[in-house]
Amino acid sequence: MAEDLVRVTELGLYCQAGDFYIDPWRSVNRALITHGHSDHARSGSAAYLANTNSKGILRLRLGDEAKIETVDYGVPIVIKDATVSFHPAGHILGSSQIRIEHKGQICVVSGDYKTQKDPSCQPIEPVACHTFITESTFGLPIYRFPSPEIIAAEVNEWWQANAKAGKISILYAYSLGKAQRLLMSVNPDIGPIYTHGAVEALNAVYRGCGVKLPPTTYAGDVRKEDIERNALVVAPPNAQDSLWSRKFGKTSEAFASGWMRVRGARRRRSLDRGFVMSDHADWQGLTETIAATGAERVLVTHGYTPPLVRYLTDLGIDAHALETAFKGEEGDDKSEAVALSEAAKADADSMPQSADDKHVDQNSGGES
Amino acid sequence: MKAFVELYQNIDRTTKTGEKSQALVNYFNQVSSSDASWAVFFLTGRKLRRLAPTALLKQLTIDLTGLPQWLFQECYDNVGDLAETMALLLPEVSEGSLDVDLTEFVESYLLVLRNLDDSATAAHLVDTWSKLSLDQKFIFNKLITGGFRVGVSQQMVTKALATVSGIDANVVAHRMMGNWEPSAQWYEQLIAQETADAMASTPYPFYLAYPIQEEVDTLGDIADFQIEWKWDGIRAQIIKRDGQVFIWSRGEELISERFPEIMTAASRLPNGTVLDGEILAWSEGDVLPFALLQQRIGRKTVGKKLLSEVPCIFMAYDIMELAGQDIRQNSMSDRREKLLSVLMPGQCDVAPSCRGTLSEHLRISGELQANTWEELAAIRLDSRKLKVEGLMLKRRDSVYGVGRKRGDWWKWKINPLSMDAVLVYAQRGHGRRASLYSDYTFAVWQEGKLVPIAKAYSGLTDEEMKSVDDYVRKNTLEKFGPVRTVKPGLVFEIAFEGIQNSPRHKSGIAVRFPRISRLRPDKPIEEADTLDQLRGMLEVYGK
Ligand SMILES: [Zn+2]
Ligand SMILES: [Zn+2]
Repeated sequence: MAEDLVRVTELGLYCQAGDFYIDPWRSVNRALITHGHSDHARSGSAAYLANTNSKGILRLRLGDEAKIETVDYGVPIVIKDATVSFHPAGHILGSSQIRIEHKGQICVVSGDYKTQKDPSCQPIEPVACHTFITESTFGLPIYRFPSPEIIAAEVNEWWQANAKAGKISILYAYSLGKAQRLLMSVNPDIGPIYTHGAVEALNAVYRGCGVKLPPTTYAGDVRKEDIERNALVVAPPNAQDSLWSRKFGKTSEAFASGWMRVRGARRRRSLDRGFVMSDHADWQGLTETIAATGAERVLVTHGYTPPLVRYLTDLGIDAHALETAFKGEEGDDKSEAVALSEAAKADADSMPQSADDKHVDQNSGGES
Repeated sequence: MKAFVELYQNIDRTTKTGEKSQALVNYFNQVSSSDASWAVFFLTGRKLRRLAPTALLKQLTIDLTGLPQWLFQECYDNVGDLAETMALLLPEVSEGSLDVDLTEFVESYLLVLRNLDDSATAAHLVDTWSKLSLDQKFIFNKLITGGFRVGVSQQMVTKALATVSGIDANVVAHRMMGNWEPSAQWYEQLIAQETADAMASTPYPFYLAYPIQEEVDTLGDIADFQIEWKWDGIRAQIIKRDGQVFIWSRGEELISERFPEIMTAASRLPNGTVLDGEILAWSEGDVLPFALLQQRIGRKTVGKKLLSEVPCIFMAYDIMELAGQDIRQNSMSDRREKLLSVLMPGQCDVAPSCRGTLSEHLRISGELQANTWEELAAIRLDSRKLKVEGLMLKRRDSVYGVGRKRGDWWKWKINPLSMDAVLVYAQRGHGRRASLYSDYTFAVWQEGKLVPIAKAYSGLTDEEMKSVDDYVRKNTLEKFGPVRTVKPGLVFEIAFEGIQNSPRHKSGIAVRFPRISRLRPDKPIEEADTLDQLRGMLEVYGK
């Protein structure tokens, strides 16, 4: 077995042939970024390379000083001894799988991906490879996501019913990606759409890339007495229970996340509705994508790692767990576990809020 | 079925009691009497038994999904609920959902299973699943595996029915207790305007005391109160009607067979008598530890050995029915007089002044004498020695009410710093306990939500710890490293030394040195304490 083209180091996932890191969690000389979510794009590196559509997002996240180069999907570039190209991952705008070729060996790092339709970004294109490094956020067969059309209809129905009852609809969704995807699925004829500042900033970036979002108004610009009762408000999950949401008076609150598939997670968020919508692949999406790459070796990270590894192994694939960024960054399992149990003690709702965006490794430790 | 699924969704989606109640009212207004009867049956936690073996359900799901056994188990461990796990895994159907009413659904899809052998059952299940939507599958699976608790309490159902029918909630509660078979006729009787219909076995709703949170002398004149020990056993009700005896627990369970000595004693009561009291393990004039009593609760039938090792008595508190008359509206002092006359009817040979008791297994909770609150406080200090929980203070002019109401009946526990809380997180212990989930986080209610309030890890016996460990493993909702989120289901009594404000905690309250006093398997989680009750304690003790 030849050595893998990438390996985990203290700084992050490293490719020796090209002397670069992918989504590093410490400062490095050259960072290739799969997408703009904060657990993938961290500031402090000397130079960044990402897909063209990620530029605005990275600029917002990494600051004006960051040195960001971009490349279009599918265009091969040579970095030292490696040939690298970016390919759509269907996760959010600009999200990429990174293909690395060196001496006839091909390795693809998936970043985060989904297979469902999403009008706010390009659909995933599975890339043939020898080694596939896959995420596994929803790596259990209980995660089977309904079609986006069904969820859109549910959201619209909920909004419509609230509007009729004079209740503001507050929809909590991660501000990068999920929010814009939802904005494109709702029916803007129902009422005005207000947004949280974090969402509105990213809306501007999306519009700048030519994504046709419906008109939205930054909620901060609306005076309390001018709030229309048939409005939809889109805000990031951490705005729940904050002073911010109180200005809307009578509301119905909902959360859009893949975790909402399971009743316990829905109930513990204590919201009025949970919509099952994720920017990650569900079980079927994961297994189908892995099969489509034809990879004989699969490294699993970022989620329900052990069951997916075992499942793939049973299929005859050379599958292994790849240590995740969280462990590398936060120390060993134990310190993470202690932090979590502190959270458990202090706050019932803090844990399930680790929704799509945070990727807490839910399956780590404890059982092995 | 459509309406019932909608009801489930409306209840399940919200945490607001008002919205749940409205959903119940809407449902009962909309469906047939027969459907309503089945809804009441399920919503109050009643179960259809012997429908299909769990192992068969699991195996069928595995076969239909083609998943390996271990992966099914992994999913189950994550979801924490078998019915839901199966619903989430089973193939989804495209052509939508089955549209039959609840009664037909129960009869044609559930009850029919009782008459089928395993292979016919399997075929029936596969066929049914192929017709159901996700939520329908969840409900169907829940009804098969028993237990359909969806976040409404019996009291909420009772109130909704009272609203729908316009009759008193007491009457509805009264009619809803006991054993019954759902039918249109039963439901019509349930909401019937004519209310003199109690069946022989129907118990009364229990009246519950409210914990004292202010200084006791704010209650007024001590002479207005009848004062008793607060016994620490199982609250129960004895009914003697038409020559039959029934013993009901507060959890609305018929527990007659478990206490044959009390049954025998109660058979001497006159017909048309209903008593409220506490079942205690009792030997030679003394209460036995609660743990021993639990052995008796745990068995459906009692062997000779256990019967002689853990003899039980009924400590009577009150009488609700005499000579077939509901006397709950009579005053406490009048009911007390009647209770004495029923239980001590004869003259005693030894001391003519003392009236003889009916049976040594039917005792009367004695009235304590104190002229001032200070005197009573001194008496209360004996509680621990006597293995009682403290004192009960009942207004002499109080009626026997329904549920827990502030004002007439008070409990003045010895350690007022104690709460009933629900287990929500569990973590592995250290050292000797490293293999067990032995460190727990407990929560209390606030507006329908459980708010974590304390962490504790001592106080259980090894045996109890094992049983909790087993519960944790079978009811894990989520895992975060060594921490598991546990499906709310276990209530613990937590004792603690102090209570203070703590802005750091979501609850706003921190308790000092919390420890587990005991498991409360007899308590439904809905009856765990509320954050408001703790705030009340904070007012008194937090300064
Ligand atoms: Zn992401
Ligand atoms: Zn991610």
